[in-house]
Order: sequence, then structure tokens, then C-alpha cells
Amino acid sequence: MPKEEIEEYLEAMLDLSAGGRPVKTTEIARRLGVTPASVTEAVQRLSREGMVAYRPYRGVSLSEKGRTVARRLKRKHRLLEVFLTRVLRMNRRNAHDEACRLEHALSDDAGDALCRSLGGPRSCPDGDAIPPCRLYVDSCATCIREGVSTGKRTENEAQPLTSLSENATGKVVFVHGGKGVVKRLCEMGLTPGTPVRLLRAAPMKGPVEIRVRGCDLALGRGIADQIFVEPGDART
Amino acid sequence: MSHCEQGGRPCAGGHDIVIALVGNANTGKSAIFNQLTGMEQAIGNWPGKTVERAEGTLLHHGKRIRLVDLPGTYSLLPRSEDELVTREYLLSGDVDVIVNVVDATALERNLFLTVQLLGIGLPVVVGLNLVDAALKKGISIDEGRLGELIGAPVIRTVAVHGIGVHELVDAALSVKGKPRRETPASMRYGPEVEKRIDKLAAFLSGVRLKTPPRWAAIKLLEGDGRLEKELAGQDRRIPDAVRILSDECSSLHGEPCSTVVASERYSLVGRIAGEVQHVVSNRGPKSSERLDSITLHPVWGYALLILTMLSILTVISLTGSWVAQSIERGFESINPHQDGFWPQLLWNGAAVGLYASLGVALGFLLPFYLILSVLENSGYLPRIAFLMDRPCHAVGLHGKAAVPLITAFGCNVPACVGCRIIETRRDRLIATFLSTLVPCSARTAVILGIVGTYMGPLWAISLYLVDFAIIIALGRLLNKLMKGTSMGIIMEIPPFRSPVPKLVLQQAWARLRPFLATAVPLIVAGSLAIELLRLGHALDEIAAAMAPLTVFWLGLPAFTGVLFILGILRKEAAVVLLAGVAGTVDIPSVMSPVQMFVFCLVMMLYIPCIATITALGREAGWRAAAAITIAEIGLAILIGGIAFRVLAPLI
Repeated sequence: MPKEEIEEYLEAMLDLSAGGRPVKTTEIARRLGVTPASVTEAVQRLSREGMVAYRPYRGVSLSEKGRTVARRLKRKHRLLEVFLTRVLRMNRRNAHDEACRLEHALSDDAGDALCRSLGGPRSCPDGDAIPPCRLYVDSCATCIREGVSTGKRTENEAQPLTSLSENATGKVVFVHGGKGVVKRLCEMGLTPGTPVRLLRAAPMKGPVEIRVRGCDLALGRGIADQIFVEPGDART
Repeated sequence: MSHCEQGGRPCAGGHDIVIALVGNANTGKSAIFNQLTGMEQAIGNWPGKTVERAEGTLLHHGKRIRLVDLPGTYSLLPRSEDELVTREYLLSGDVDVIVNVVDATALERNLFLTVQLLGIGLPVVVGLNLVDAALKKGISIDEGRLGELIGAPVIRTVAVHGIGVHELVDAALSVKGKPRRETPASMRYGPEVEKRIDKLAAFLSGVRLKTPPRWAAIKLLEGDGRLEKELAGQDRRIPDAVRILSDECSSLHGEPCSTVVASERYSLVGRIAGEVQHVVSNRGPKSSERLDSITLHPVWGYALLILTMLSILTVISLTGSWVAQSIERGFESINPHQDGFWPQLLWNGAAVGLYASLGVALGFLLPFYLILSVLENSGYLPRIAFLMDRPCHAVGLHGKAAVPLITAFGCNVPACVGCRIIETRRDRLIATFLSTLVPCSARTAVILGIVGTYMGPLWAISLYLVDFAIIIALGRLLNKLMKGTSMGIIMEIPPFRSPVPKLVLQQAWARLRPFLATAVPLIVAGSLAIELLRLGHALDEIAAAMAPLTVFWLGLPAFTGVLFILGILRKEAAVVLLAGVAGTVDIPSVMSPVQMFVFCLVMMLYIPCIATITALGREAGWRAAAAITIAEIGLAILIGGIAFRVLAPLI
């Protein structure tokens, strides 16, 4: 099975497993327009590679490794969409299909360079958040200004707060957004290193409720999408 | 104290001491304020701001004390109007003692503000409130040790029951006139940041400051643009110094300098909290959490919300029209029914204006304030905002706009006032504008009384749909036109607490009072002016002058012009007066269905009633009120004309 196809499976699972729930193989088949039999075959292979965990009758869930690969692809996919629509002025639909093909060929370094040249976009043309890079940089502004081309990469990946499942915890790594928002969040206690728990997320990209320093806060989805956390057990 | 009069600031005129109450939102600050001042309080606006200013007087052991309740704030960096008001007032020189109300259940987040207050230089007393709730949560706090660490008296209080509030005043009196100079060792930042603070503070020693240089230095490093601009006027080198030092900070820690300072402040606050706080177990307020699994549930939460809102609307509409009608009947029973210029002017102008405005105040505003106060004090309000955040995006607003927009169906006046809960001026202005277009119960009376009666419910519903479409379109348009973008909600969700009836009543009354004092006379004046026009037979002439608009553009009978003028006063009066002006009760004989539809459509949109305009003026400023009024007249003429041309060939 070619690498692209495997990667498409991982991406589809990342999209379908909102809130960390297991995904049914039939859902994956419908999403990718393939037969359930080929999904089963692919899942077995991914499972051997440690990318997913498969439990009959419950479904497939991504392992940490699988999630990392999928998120890295998602990042390149969305950066490419921004590039294709904003710079090459393609329409969104074509840009999406094109990005689906290009993302598999793009290296992580080229992806980060693309991000820099686009001025560090925060979301794709459809408004979904772009997963962050894994470079050790002070801030996006420094990265864009100084063009860190061979920065060291971190192993633990930060993921958006909103990608946590309900009642899961993590530690704040960094916060994107306008100065006002970042300052306000700091004042409310969301400084780097602080443990947070996602209490609930309202449906249809509504706001989220989190617990931080013993208080419960409601955050608009647009703001919460730009708070990046390192998942893991933590007392809130 | 001559500056008090000029500046319009609250001041100590005739008082022995001025105490400012400062604290985060939901800490029970207002409860302390209400316990101490009782009915001796007034809620108004800060000059030129739409931020609520509550102040009151109390007599304590023979001393006259002025108490000013500042808006809930999380920091002293002035970004929102609330924070600006708080900071400007604290630095104005009028305050003798700061009483900082701290929520014992969230000590860390509250002390974040306390540390900033302690640096200002004024004497500070900390009221450790909600100690009972904290104990239930398994948190006990050694207030003596806390006092030692921060170098300020700490008093335990349970404000809703009045426990400890008088001791708080005693403590405030005891520290009066003892400014703070030293920074206790427990309140120092990390060595790298301290070095920069010291450097900048030394640099600032040459300029005139309202605070100790250390406090100003910290604020500058946090990126306080307002203070930087102020000081740059005295020494042009300051912005450069700030930039160099904050860049140093930022490159050492890999974060923006404001984040570094906030992080370090949180870690010093965490150290203090860790030392004084004893957490027995992590049993949270379980009942509140269980309640939230329903109130914030994706299905049941909305069901409960709809139920709550419908009952609020029903209550406001029913009691509102009942009270308004009772007041009207009461007044009309003493109507002398005398002809002649003066009796008519006095009765139709002054008396009708008076009972119409009293009807709005006691019938619609008072129940709204009571309900709002219950929603606020119970903690349900932020939950409504949470649930309604996503739906409000349809009009480019955030969850907090939901409450006023829904209230507007009852009456637009409390809706305009209710828009206060929205933080940014931009969003507040959009929400206020939109809420004046929501069909209130008076407009519903017009729609049902004319279109509903003679054309059927479907046409009435279609009128509502047109209105909603206009609100959504206008909301989106305003969002594009107005500078800036909505920030999105960042809001605390406090645990549920049962509201205390006495405090709810006090708060509602204090809010109603300014409406009675300022809006009622204005409405009476407006009513007099219109009656004067009527008696001078100018109304018919105006109607004739409006004929090109009403007859040609809108396709309506000429007599409707009079109704549009009278509708400014009270929209529901248009139905009652229609028969009189048309000269017949058989409305279909003088108006075609298209004319009825267009008439109601224009009535619904063309101008907020005079009570709403008054509320708009008080809330958003008179310029904005005028702009909104003119925009709505234009909108009504435009939409009405289009509707006439589209519908005329169809029906």
C-alpha cells in the first residue's frame, strides 16, 4: 500500500475522531469512498506499525504516534490551502484537492518555510486552526523576522486545547492570538506551564469550558483554538 | 475639594474617608457594598462611560464614609472600559483606602490583582470573602499568615450574610493615611525580571508619577501603552528604555515580556497561596457541577434556556402590559375631559407622557431589573452566554448579547440597558442597535392588531421573518463597517449560588432610580412637544408635507403620516388611533392588505419609541442615539417602499 494512501487513512481518522472517540471502520470507508474490506486491511497494517489501536465492534483509535503523523499532515495540508488560495488565487475546492496531493510530498522543513513566507497564518481558508510547528522559537514574529531555517524540533507536540477530549487535561505550552487576547488569558491564569482541563465543548464549534487554577472559564472557540497544550495528566 | 465638581468624579465632599471596593467579578463585592450602604446608594454612569458606577454613604462609629464600588476587574492594565475606570479612579487621588475583595475559593487568581493593588501605594485592606464556600470546597486559609506575607490586614467575610463587613470598615479606618512604601520580600519577582524593574524604576525617578516608580515600571514592562504615552510626554527616552528592557526580558524567557511578567506574578502568587492555603481534599462544589451537566447540556441546556427565556418574556409582557394599563386606567379615571388649549396640553401632553413612562418604568423595567439581578446573582447569566455564543455568531456578536436581544421582545428599553454586560464598546453598540429593531410587545400589538386581525397569522409571521432577516443582515453589515473585530468571550463561569432577596431588591431599585429621575422628564417633554404640534393643527400639515413619502413612495393613505408622528411616543397607540384618524373602525375599507402590511412594516422599523431613544442616549450617548434613529428611519422608508413595490402586483 503506497505511503500516500496510508497517510490519507490517518488524516481521515483524525477528522472523524473528534473528542478522541474511536472511529467505526464503516465511517472511514464512507469518508474515503473505499470498500470496508480495504479499510480493514489498511487498519490491520496501521495497527502493526503502532499507528492505531483497533478493537472489534468499538472501532479504531489513533495512537499518539499516529496522531502526530496525522497532525503533521494536517498542518501541511492547511498551509498549502492557504498558499494555493492566497498566493496562487485558486478557488477553495480546487485548492483542497491539490493540497491533498501535494501534502504527501512536502517535507516538514518545507512546510515550516511555507508557514514563514505566508506570515504565520493561524487558520486555513475554511477557518480551521493550523496545527503548530515543533520548532523551538520565541514567537511566530521572531521566526518570521529572523527566518530560523534549521531550528531544533521538539519531541512533544503541542496541540490545540480544543483537540483534547472532554475531561482530559494538559499543560499550556503557548498561546497565539492578538496581544489583547494573550494578555487577558494570562491574567485569567493561562500562563505557560499551567495545567488546564477541558470540561466541555459546545456543539457546532461553540465555546469551550475549561478549568484552570480552580476556576471555570468559558472561551470562544476562536480563542480556544489558538491555545496550545501538551496533553497529559495534571491536577487542575 | 473644588476638583470634585469640575472633574465630575465621586469625591469626599463632606465625607471623612473614601473607600474604593476593588476585586474580580463574582467575588461578592456588590454584596459587601449593599450590606454596608443599604438603600443609601446610587447607581449611575462614570462620566462619559457606560460603566456602572455605584456609590453610597454609610455612618460608621460617627464617621461618614463614602463607598465606591468599582467594576469587576482582573488586572490594572487598562484595556476594557471597566479596567480603565478602575485604574483612573484609583490613581485620581480621591481614594483614601482600597478594600480588595478576594474570593477565597479561587485565591490564586484573586491575589493576582491584589499584588498589583498593593503596589499602587495606597493603604489596602483585603476582605477574604466566601470563606464558607471555600470551607465546603475543602479549602481553609490562614488569614493571619496571608496578612503577614502581603503586609496588609486581611478580614474574613461572608458578605451575603453580612459577616465581617463592619470589621472590614474598621480595618479600613485603621490604615487610613498610612501609605505603603516597602515591597515585602514575598512579593518580589524572579531575579532577571527584578533587575529590569529596578533599572526602569531608577530611570523613572526623574519624572512625575502618581504611583511609586516600581509600580509604573512593572506596568510599562507589561506593555501599558497608555502609561508609556503619558510618560513619554515628560521624557522622550522612556519608550526606548522600555523597549530595550522588555526585549531583554522576552529573549531570556522566550515569551513576550507581558507574558513573562504575568507568569512570574502568578508564580509568586502561587507561592503565597501555597503557604497560607490548606486544601483538605479536592472535593469540588459537586452540586453545582451536577447542575451544570444539565444547564450546559447540548440538548437539555438549550431546552431549559428556551423555557427560562419564554417565561421571562411572558412575565415581562404580562406584568408590563397589566401594570401599564392599570396606571393608565388610574390616570384616566381622573381625566377631567376638558376642552381648550391648556387643559388638553396638560392632560394629553404631560399626564399621558407621565403615565406612559411610569408604565414602562414600573411595568417593564422593574421586573426586568429584578430578573436580571436574580440571573446575575445566581450565576445563570454566564451560562446563558455560554449556550448562546454560537447562535449569536449569526449576527456577528457573542454570547453575552443574547440576554438583551431576547429581552427586547418584551421591551426595547431594558434591552438597551441590558447591553451593558457586553464588554467592548463596539460590540455593545451593535447589540444596542440590533435590539432596538427587535419587535417589542408594543410592536407585536400593532402587528397582531392590524395584519394579524385582517390578513391572518401567516402574514403576521412573515412580518417577523422580514424583521429577523433585517436584523441578521444589519448585524453582519455593522460588523464589516465598524472598526475592529469582536474578541470572543473570555468569561468566568462561577458556581451556582442562591440569590439573596434583600440584595436583589436593593440592586433593582438602585438601577431603576436613575431612569425615573432622568428619562421620565424627557419623555414628558417629548409628549408635550407632540401635543403642542397637534393642538396647533400642525400634525395635519406635517402629514400633508409627508404625503410624497407616505402616499407616493410607500403607497399608504395620507392620514398614516399622523400615526407615524404619534407612534414616536407610543407605538401601540397607533392601532387605537388608527380608527380615529381614518374616521372609521372598518379598517379594510380604508386600507388595502398591501397597505396594512407596509404600514406595519414601517411602524416596526421606522423609529425607536421615545422611551427607547432616551435609554439609547443614556447608554450609548446622544450622538449614537441620533445616528441609530436616523438610520432606522432611512431603513424603514427603504424597506417599506421596496415591500410596496414587490407586494402590490402580488396581492
